[in-house]
Amino acid sequence: MPVTKTDAAPRSPARRSAIKTLAAAAAGTASLPLWARYAGAESAAPIRIGFQMHATGIGAAYGRWYDRTTRAALRLINEAGGINGRPVELVTEDDGTDPKRGAEVVEKFASLHRCDVGYGTLFSHVVMGSAPRAGELKLPYFVVSEGHHVASGALNRWTLQPGITDVKSQVLAMAPFVRENLGRKVTMIFPDYAFGHDHRDFFSEAIEAQGGEVVAKLAIPPTETSFTKYFAKIPRETEVIYHVMVGPSVLTFVKEMGEFFGPSRPEIFGFIDSLESVDLQSPGLDFLEGTYFWEGMPRYVQPDQTEFDRHYRAAIGIDENGALAADPSDVSAYAHMFGCWETLYVIKAGMEACGYRGPDDRAALVEAVEAMTEMPLSNEHPQGAKLFNGRTHQVFGPQYISKVENGRLVVQAETPIEAGFYPDEVDYTTQSL
Amino acid sequence: MEFGPHLMLAVLEGAVTAAVLALMASGLSLVFGVMRVVNVAHGQFFMLGAVLAWAVSSAVSSALGGGAFGFVAAVLLAPVIAGALAVAADLTVLKRVGYDPERTIVATIGLLYILQQAALMTYGPEARPVAPPFNDRLALPWVAFGPEGPRLIWPWGLSITSYKLFVMGAAAAVLAGLWALMTRTGIGLVMRATQLDRETAQAFGIPVERVYAGVFGLGAALAALAGVLIVPIQQAHYLMGGDALLLSFIVVIIGGLGSLGGTVIAALLIGLSDGIVSVFFSPTLAKILATLLVALVLVFRPEGLRGKAAR
Repeated sequence: MPVTKTDAAPRSPARRSAIKTLAAAAAGTASLPLWARYAGAESAAPIRIGFQMHATGIGAAYGRWYDRTTRAALRLINEAGGINGRPVELVTEDDGTDPKRGAEVVEKFASLHRCDVGYGTLFSHVVMGSAPRAGELKLPYFVVSEGHHVASGALNRWTLQPGITDVKSQVLAMAPFVRENLGRKVTMIFPDYAFGHDHRDFFSEAIEAQGGEVVAKLAIPPTETSFTKYFAKIPRETEVIYHVMVGPSVLTFVKEMGEFFGPSRPEIFGFIDSLESVDLQSPGLDFLEGTYFWEGMPRYVQPDQTEFDRHYRAAIGIDENGALAADPSDVSAYAHMFGCWETLYVIKAGMEACGYRGPDDRAALVEAVEAMTEMPLSNEHPQGAKLFNGRTHQVFGPQYISKVENGRLVVQAETPIEAGFYPDEVDYTTQSL
Repeated sequence: MEFGPHLMLAVLEGAVTAAVLALMASGLSLVFGVMRVVNVAHGQFFMLGAVLAWAVSSAVSSALGGGAFGFVAAVLLAPVIAGALAVAADLTVLKRVGYDPERTIVATIGLLYILQQAALMTYGPEARPVAPPFNDRLALPWVAFGPEGPRLIWPWGLSITSYKLFVMGAAAAVLAGLWALMTRTGIGLVMRATQLDRETAQAFGIPVERVYAGVFGLGAALAALAGVLIVPIQQAHYLMGGDALLLSFIVVIIGGLGSLGGTVIAALLIGLSDGIVSVFFSPTLAKILATLLVALVLVFRPEGLRGKAAR
């Protein structure tokens, strides 16, 4: 900071003038690198991606891994020459996993930070709160949320989900496996808000189509911390428990389920959301041995690991158990965070396809992404080959079903992309940009 | 599950909640009773207890190789550390604002955020478990009346763990100890004297400021102990203090601020009704009823069930 050392220091450092000097010095040093680097070369200015991060609040455990994945992908993108020859810069804002703050963050991206796109939101209530503002501000908003809200038509043309499949598609792909391998009479346990209701509605429908039946639906308030009292409502005839919980109490949930059933448990099928970022070796989880989980992407390295998965793990620094190589107790949100990686590569591909130059080309970017269809298995799409539906703004891909064996998740089946298809519920391309 | 065993399960689960709640609320009640200030950061000391329990037990387990040592060390150390921190906060912050009720509320709100964010920055956003020292599943019997008269059956799912029983026992023991401390010892006498009349107590040579610091520390230590006891059941998480504070306030208001007996009664009332109502009706209804009860108490008996009217 050479400016602060100049002789501009007042001889009698009256408080006001001292502050003025400091402010001028700060402004000078802050603006220095920018204009020094890009004066007269506007096209080399960085592309700015606004990352709406759940850094605090109930989504913080996911947010941390979304951040690590995002930074790893951007590092690789920048090392490979950026986007359209321009470096990519991340502007991170914490939304507190709160819908109201989410909308404010989107507004800051568009107006204050002059970001080219908004990106990275996970929790569905934050997406629901933020997307309308992104639409009003005409800011392309790339969510990594797995909620069905994008494809349901509830949002707008500026909101896209090209990196992760939605709940409806996941559930449709799981139902045949549950019916054929685990049982016919299912009790569902889910959080009592939008995400859980998606599971309740779509799975009930899907399992009935398979000749199964949901015998009980237990909605649990998202803030609940003790669960045994709910388990008593599970009907005796239940053959399969289907559970999907999120938030800080998930471990208690799984542990108390084990204590409740003791040695005589029914088959159990869960979404890994119930244990994302949680070490399967944690005390009390041994009863999960032999139960099944949906995984967006296999946390533990499988014998048929692709070179792309190897590349992806190495870039973020994740070991073969899905934990941070530098700290094996720090378990990743492996089943979801690939969505960040893939979304960033979709943004890159979209910007390259439309020759993106700046915020004036935002509409062209949305159209370029809408025009995408096949995304082959590659370093850019390490989770699997995907198919993007430009009308519903939703991507479709493979799903994994794993079984806990010796405290590790071992993949039993990979469902094909088509297993998650359902008829379009909206055509966003008919809306104006 | 049939009604009878189901009710028994709900009562048992409610009793665990009540035990932890009683411990935590008694700390809040003690601080208010003696110091006449409301500690909004109380829930964060509960969180701190849980987080410290994780830190202590994982450090001890890696040094001594697992077993129950980690948990025992956590029970001994975590409340002491949390209490010491509270004493420091009292001496550096609350004493400076002269224990003025309004300014203390604002100061403890600040303390709340500092503790919560410090936990997020150091401990992280994950929920982490602590292994219980023992955790056997105990299946419970139920008496069924069949055509041949009463007989014992073992209903599906009706069970409790030995650790949950221990939590109830430990909470009862600590509360009994606290009661004995307040009524049977010199320290208790000094506290009660300060509670009755601060200036007279000071005139009689009681070091009021040291009593305040000690009480604030003791209150925080009780919350931290509740956190240590709950963490093998619930895991430590940096946001866990919020709901705990709310429930403690409800309990303390219903029981009467500053009354230990009232706090215990109210904790049982809230814990059990929460367990039973949320099982047979809905969890939201349980919260509505608790809040309604607070409103009714404030209207018809502002001093609480067992509190003494303000003089």
